[in-house]
Amino acid sequence: MTKILAVDDSASMRQMVVFTLESAGYDVVEAVDGQQALDIAKNESFDLVLSDINMPVMNGIELVKQLRQLEAYKYTPILMLTTETSSDRKMAGKGAGATGWVVKPFNPDKLLATIKKVIS
Amino acid sequence: MSIDLSQFHAVFFEESFEGLELMEAALLDLDVGNPDSEQINAIFRAAHSIKGGSGTFGFVQVAEFTHILETLLDKVRDGEQAIDADGIELFLQSVDCLRGLLEALQSKQDPDMQRANELAGVFQAVLDGASYADSANLVKANSITGQLLAPEITESAADNVADDAATDDGISEEPSYGTSRQQVGFNIYFKPHVDMLKGGNDPVRMLRELATLGEIKTTVDSAELPLLEALVPDNCYLSWTIELLTSCKIDDVEEVFEWVEDECQLSITPILQDASALVSNQPQDQQNNPQASPSAALGQRLVMPSGPLPGLDDLLLPSPMVDSSTETVTDPVKDSVKAPVKDPVKTKATKVESSSIRVGIDKVDSLINLVGELVITQSMLGQMGSARDSITEEHIGNLREGLVQLEQNTRELQDSVMRIRMLPISFTFNRLPRMVRDISIQLGKKVQLEVSGESTELDKTVMEKISDPMVHLIRNALDHGIEMPAQRIAAGKPEMGTIVLKAFHQGGSIVIEMSDDGGGIDTERLLAKARKNGLVAESEQLTQEQKLELLFTPGLSTVEQVSDLSGRGVGMDVVRRNIQELNGSVEVSSEMGVGSAFRIRLPLTLAILDGQLVTVADQTYIFPLVSISESLQIDGAKVNNLAGGSDVYSLRDEYIPILRLDRLFSLREENGVLDGSLLVVVESEGQKIGVVVDELLAQQQVVIKSLEENYTRVVGVSGATILGDGTVAMIVDPIGLSSLAGNDIAAAKQMTDAAA
Repeated sequence: MTKILAVDDSASMRQMVVFTLESAGYDVVEAVDGQQALDIAKNESFDLVLSDINMPVMNGIELVKQLRQLEAYKYTPILMLTTETSSDRKMAGKGAGATGWVVKPFNPDKLLATIKKVIS
Repeated sequence: MSIDLSQFHAVFFEESFEGLELMEAALLDLDVGNPDSEQINAIFRAAHSIKGGSGTFGFVQVAEFTHILETLLDKVRDGEQAIDADGIELFLQSVDCLRGLLEALQSKQDPDMQRANELAGVFQAVLDGASYADSANLVKANSITGQLLAPEITESAADNVADDAATDDGISEEPSYGTSRQQVGFNIYFKPHVDMLKGGNDPVRMLRELATLGEIKTTVDSAELPLLEALVPDNCYLSWTIELLTSCKIDDVEEVFEWVEDECQLSITPILQDASALVSNQPQDQQNNPQASPSAALGQRLVMPSGPLPGLDDLLLPSPMVDSSTETVTDPVKDSVKAPVKDPVKTKATKVESSSIRVGIDKVDSLINLVGELVITQSMLGQMGSARDSITEEHIGNLREGLVQLEQNTRELQDSVMRIRMLPISFTFNRLPRMVRDISIQLGKKVQLEVSGESTELDKTVMEKISDPMVHLIRNALDHGIEMPAQRIAAGKPEMGTIVLKAFHQGGSIVIEMSDDGGGIDTERLLAKARKNGLVAESEQLTQEQKLELLFTPGLSTVEQVSDLSGRGVGMDVVRRNIQELNGSVEVSSEMGVGSAFRIRLPLTLAILDGQLVTVADQTYIFPLVSISESLQIDGAKVNNLAGGSDVYSLRDEYIPILRLDRLFSLREENGVLDGSLLVVVESEGQKIGVVVDELLAQQQVVIKSLEENYTRVVGVSGATILGDGTVAMIVDPIGLSSLAGNDIAAAKQMTDAAA
């Protein structure tokens, strides 16, 4: 089963993302910040990482940087969940090694459509 | 898939309110001269989360307002925008405003956008380069700005929501039906940078997506592919030329490459064709056309390397996916009809006032764990019960053991369940810094609030009820306690006054201490006022403590000038009553010129009491364990009979009144002999009383049932409980008892003072 790591410090966003993904049949593990996500990622493997950018403890950009340094996550698609509309912020995520982004606000359908782009 | 987003609303509101509190706290804490970047970040994050959530869950008004707030905060975070005291004031107002909007939305009402629009106008002015203060004034003077902003906000917000469903399906909103030359597709040249794969982007994905837009013909150029020895598996050596026949707009094509636009060479040129030739080239009509296979052409150029290149087969052989795509070419017009714009907010008319508490997962885990143990114990006991053999000594032993275990399980379970209702007192404390700030500004005083022990946990109900008295105490401290700056300097004190708020656990209760370094309470004035009001006789001499106690007397306010804030009738007597209703107590100490301190003691919970069971005249009574300071056997020689039939007991160096429950509650005719009987010494509000009982029974936790609800209020009894054998027992109220023993207390005090 396709396994996804969903990272967001906002409980409501996390619930929404997790519910959406699980309803679509994905196996989802959640994390509340970058550090927790990184710890989880080191012990389990994922087919996709979805991460918010602005988070306490460790932000999404730093998480991507750290993940890309792990052998197991060299090619794993990583999507940033972002409300940033300005391109330099999106690029910061890209620069760190993210695959792409999903711009908030998004609805469940849009999220799933975007995810399907990167995991076949 | 259709997912009802309203199921996430409750969590969204909860976290948003928390976020606002956090914002408020950080704003209040922010040092304007030298703002801490982590605090600014926290403020930004809170606004950012609210914006993200409100957009997602369809609260467009909030999303729009937070957007401009966030934009400004982002600039502050990046150091592009300074922040000053006026700015903080504005941000605080925006917190209030957001709270209002969210509260309205939570109760399914249309939020009043006037204030939000005003503030949005102010923030816009700041973004345009004006100072915070100027912007605020500007907008105030020209409130039209707010009105002008209103329709704009609503419109663009509506767009936002509507866009969501449509845009990502690759549907062009307005297919370009040109006049003479018609665009029928695009020629795309796509050359990924050599390290594009490292970002997790797979060129195959983009080809696949292009294929969903229309019909594609793909040619791969593998000229740069090195020999196997030189090949780096992580690198991308290929480039593609794609002919895409589609009615989509160029935006949709660009969106496919959106994530990699800076990681590749990309050119997209429209293919134009005369309108007359259009028919044969419409992708819809080409569904049955034989697929030209680009792989045949490229196969010749390839020296097939076989290596661990990820996805290499796919990269080299794009034809299968092109095949599949041509069969699933969709009709964009039909699709857009099929996909109606969904309204993500499905409001139900139900009221959302059901209060909830967020419980830490560890608490739930421990509960589950305990239930597990309870089940084990139950099955163990069950097994014994169903044993058919005759009961032996051993059986009884096991049974006892099982019952002991059951008792332990029950107690632990009870503790755990109670803990679920416990919340950190920060819920109440959090709103105080803002209050202190606002009031001190209003009064022209300089005051800082120091808070400690915010994580101390307290029952939710107790917390809700203690909030008002605490607010009152703090207001009093601000209004009457802390002096004006000039006065403080004259008195040799620091200009900035300090209010210290502390919470901690002590025994079975929680203690909240509030102290200030203000002028202290003028007890002489209190006494004079009390004498004037006839509350204290002219001849009566009072100790310092007694004078301070006058503070809690109804109808006594020392403030001549009733101020805006306090001293308007709701006095300290109400504070004390509120606290006593919670089975708590409040004490005050004060020193002129140095400050005052209030100490509130509260039970951890209202539902359960640690009790000492006693019997009086065959009736069982329960004393709150916390109130008992000691129990002793009466030595007849230490009893002093007073005129009027009351007795006092000489306990070490003080005299305490002896109270007989049997007499008080008319339980029996004759009075027992005091010598040798048991005396329970209870203490409430610093006053000790000895209560005569026949027998001391067990100590146990009892569930409190309200006597008032089920019968009527009885002085000296705070409630009732049902014992293990089904009988009802009264819970003694030590505070009530001391009021019943008022005269005796005064007499005992006099004797103590005389002895000293």
